[in-house]
Amino acid sequence: MSAFEYAPAPESRSIVNLQSSYGLFIDGEFVDGDDRRKTISPATEEVLAEVTWAGTADVDRAVKAARRAYTKVWGPMPGAERAKYLFRIARIIAERSRELAVLESLNNGKPIKESRDVDVPLASAHFFYYAGWADKLPYAGFGADPRPLGVAGQVIPWNFPLLMLAWKIAPALAAGNTVVLKPAETTPLTALLFAEICQQADLPPGVVNIVTGAGETGAAIVNHPDVDKVAFTGSTEVGRIIARAVAGTSKKVTLELGGKAANIVFEDAAIDQAVEGIVNGIFFNQGHVCCAGSRLLVQESVADQLLESLKRRMATLRVGDPLDKNTDIGAINSAEQLSRIKTLADVGEGEGADRWSPPCQLPDRGFWFAPTIFTGVSQAHRIAREEIFGPVLSVLTFRTPAEAVEKANNTPYGLSAGIWTEKGSRILAIADQLRAGVVWANTFNKFDPTSPFGGYKESGYGREGGRHGLEAYLAQ
Amino acid sequence: MTATMTPLSEVTRSDAALRMFLHGLPGVDQVGAQARAAALGTRSIKTTAKAWAIDLSIRMVDLTTLEGADTPGKVRALCAKARQPDPSDPGCPPVAAICVYPAMVPVAAEALRGSGIHLASVATAFPSGQAPLSVKLDDTRAAVAAGADEIDMVISRGAFLAGRYLEVFEEIAAVKEACGDAHLKVILETGELVTYDNVRRASWLAMLAGGDFIKTSTGKVQPAATLPVTLIMLEAVRDFLAATGRKVGVKPAGGIRTTKDAIKYLVMVNETVGDGWLDPDWFRFGASTLLNDLLMQRTKLATGHYAGPDYFTLD
Repeated sequence: MSAFEYAPAPESRSIVNLQSSYGLFIDGEFVDGDDRRKTISPATEEVLAEVTWAGTADVDRAVKAARRAYTKVWGPMPGAERAKYLFRIARIIAERSRELAVLESLNNGKPIKESRDVDVPLASAHFFYYAGWADKLPYAGFGADPRPLGVAGQVIPWNFPLLMLAWKIAPALAAGNTVVLKPAETTPLTALLFAEICQQADLPPGVVNIVTGAGETGAAIVNHPDVDKVAFTGSTEVGRIIARAVAGTSKKVTLELGGKAANIVFEDAAIDQAVEGIVNGIFFNQGHVCCAGSRLLVQESVADQLLESLKRRMATLRVGDPLDKNTDIGAINSAEQLSRIKTLADVGEGEGADRWSPPCQLPDRGFWFAPTIFTGVSQAHRIAREEIFGPVLSVLTFRTPAEAVEKANNTPYGLSAGIWTEKGSRILAIADQLRAGVVWANTFNKFDPTSPFGGYKESGYGREGGRHGLEAYLAQ
Repeated sequence: MTATMTPLSEVTRSDAALRMFLHGLPGVDQVGAQARAAALGTRSIKTTAKAWAIDLSIRMVDLTTLEGADTPGKVRALCAKARQPDPSDPGCPPVAAICVYPAMVPVAAEALRGSGIHLASVATAFPSGQAPLSVKLDDTRAAVAAGADEIDMVISRGAFLAGRYLEVFEEIAAVKEACGDAHLKVILETGELVTYDNVRRASWLAMLAGGDFIKTSTGKVQPAATLPVTLIMLEAVRDFLAATGRKVGVKPAGGIRTTKDAIKYLVMVNETVGDGWLDPDWFRFGASTLLNDLLMQRTKLATGHYAGPDYFTLD
């Protein structure tokens, strides 16, 4: 027990005005449906509200509303006018940021300091950024008169509910498309609050439609014949199903899937900052990050030293109440995800890797997993190959830069990578050889709306963010 | 992490060896260090934790006056405040030390007698350090002879920046010897060293030379103490302890004016080096105006309301 015990510093829940039950947001209004399900807080398993799971007929209504809005209002509207709505949405997100952050942490389990300092500000920034593009599309490099595609069907994951919504909706709307978006089944609430924000911004009905539900609802969107564009972020497994479903149709598709990123630490790295980067790379958002630095590749000559520092640092991580402002690691998003993490961690132990977690007290209720590292991991272990999507780091070593590159690229994924060295020439040389969509140098998990993001290989195709992110929503 | 496998006594045997050692320390990534310091600054310290931190902060203050206009009367008043910072609350702890110029040491020694409060004196041609070594050593001996039990010396930044590390090392070692039993705090003047790599090297240099504390600044140069600089110095004392078994204290000085600032430093101590340094023997604040804000917040926490500035003594 430390001499300096931080007293609880919970963010107040009172700013969030939760309704007991939510309908579907179609054509600018909340409409009731038949199939109601409970949505919970993963930190306490407390029921927060009931939401509606949309069926095929509901999705059809949403697509029809989106088509109508596209044809009559949003498609013909000048870009400068669309921009006004997007700017307005961006401002309202910023103004209601505390409310959105608290709700995100409640429904997702992520620490309030992350929803407050990362998720919500970035979501707002995405709308600001793409609002700026709306009247400049002829200058984006996709032809002199790029046209929108029509109705976009978008399916997003539970790890960054509001931020992924922003990544999807902001470029789609800026380019002149209308959308039908399905949030993840475990984290529907901030998307529904976003629907209220669309109303507040006087966004024309049908431009944004939010249908909540699970896999079947997502399938109904993807398979709907009047959807022109499918955008999905989630597992590689579901990505494959979607790719098959749209094959042979005229639908355009972008997929942002899994990852098993290598975070490479060379012997000449700034060790203290590298340790921070490793911690941020794998324990940010409980490791529920597709681009998480889940494979640490450390040069053997500094491995012992680095691991000692890493363990000391991990012992200061504060696991607990997501709404406490001092919490570093919150709850695992669902019982299902927790059991997947536990299974793979057990596999790691079974394969002979050494498992270590700092002493930490986990709450009794809710879904929790202590920050964990595995040392003595080899490329042949499942925990070095499969995406765990939890606060679990696999540590491998290498001897030469060439070996580091070889191991880093030896994965079916290719979403992100990290390089830690004080040598600028090495950063450039290694980055050139890594087959990953994003390569961070002396930092990790840094996001910005101006920067394109996306994967190589089984991490998906298409880019989101930046000028490049517009391409997925434009016909040349 | 430990910095070297070389026995550390070997690294100071020549300028070349010392240079190789200091330049072989792991680099500091500026952006990363600043981000870490900023992140620690977002900790929310409330209620019982805040009360504990305020009292510890008061006990860590080196209450300082370093002005040309200092007089015996001014120093006596400061010493009275050091003994009893809040006259309306006998439960309020005294500060760690008084810090004055050598000429004021006799007055302060008299005023602090029997209080258990340490008496620190700046020495070695403070603040610039631009004087011959013999003058610096005499300055130090005079302060100790007059009753100072802590000496805050300045390093020769000119020599350090010119790469004459051994000269700086030998100077610190000589001052340490002149201190006798007095504790030596080595002021790096990080505002003039500028880079974090330099701060790390100077920290190691001061510790190798026998400094008992490493201190950020004189308070006469901007920027004075900052959170990232203090972070680098805390990492240095942590790594030095691991490498040599000797524990060194840290003193940020200058520019720390509010309770909020002080608590950010304590959070950083707590999460970088831990309990071992959460003690006035190992961590100090060099400050003059900080104390009154600590007292004001202490009263606010106890009574639930702010008292006007006239309820806190001005010295």
